[in-house]
Amino acid sequence: MPVTCNSKERTLQANLIGEVDHHGAKEIMRELEQQIDRILPRELILNCSGVTFMDSSGIAVLLRTRQRMESCGGTLRVLDVPAQASKVLRAANLQKIISFE
Amino acid sequence: MPTVTHTNEVTISFLSRSANEGFARTAVACFAAQLDPTLDEIGDVKTAVSEAVTNAIVHGYPNELGKITLRVRLLPDRTLEITVRDWGVGIPDVDKARTPLYTTGNEERSGMGFTIMESFMDHLKVRSKEGKGTTLVMRKRFSPRAGAAM
Repeated sequence: MPVTCNSKERTLQANLIGEVDHHGAKEIMRELEQQIDRILPRELILNCSGVTFMDSSGIAVLLRTRQRMESCGGTLRVLDVPAQASKVLRAANLQKIISFE
Repeated sequence: MPTVTHTNEVTISFLSRSANEGFARTAVACFAAQLDPTLDEIGDVKTAVSEAVTNAIVHGYPNELGKITLRVRLLPDRTLEITVRDWGVGIPDVDKARTPLYTTGNEERSGMGFTIMESFMDHLKVRSKEGKGTTLVMRKRFSPRAGAAM
């Protein structure tokens, strides 16, 4: 499973694992959206420490997830983005709209 | 016979299935290992190959499976050249396709593929003809390394 989730008091913790590319992006989006719709979290903390590769599909995943969180009044925090993935996200200037560390 | 100016070359041919995106970028990374690249350089090349092959799969063959070839060459001066070719529907307007955020793809596309290829590689050229297919050539020069083969 490319995403594992657990939630506590309307905080959703999700771990993104493995390679985030076009091949896997749909499943990741679907899983995150299902979890968001089920829990309606105030905050989604997306831990990316397990990501071994990311291309521009990851940008789409984060943008859509953020959109989903905003539509239910919550926020998205992205943690532990590895260097390669961070470079991809920064190439799209994503740090200006999504806080990632 | 023309003189061969590159020092090594490999060509891989595969079907436009998304499962091959990971295979393609890993194959290029393995071939590029002979340059003793930095982790950063390998990351850049893998990302660019992933974008190029995904474009061929998503936009070259939107409605059918087709053939994609990936050629990787080692040029003098520690330069890696990657050519991704498809015989699909082609890109009507290449300049428009290269515009950041422009996409005709689905929800999982961001329109940033070309921007990433341009910023991660040193050189990018796209030739396309509607109904005939698309050829994308990109190059990256690797930093000098002590003890590297070339």
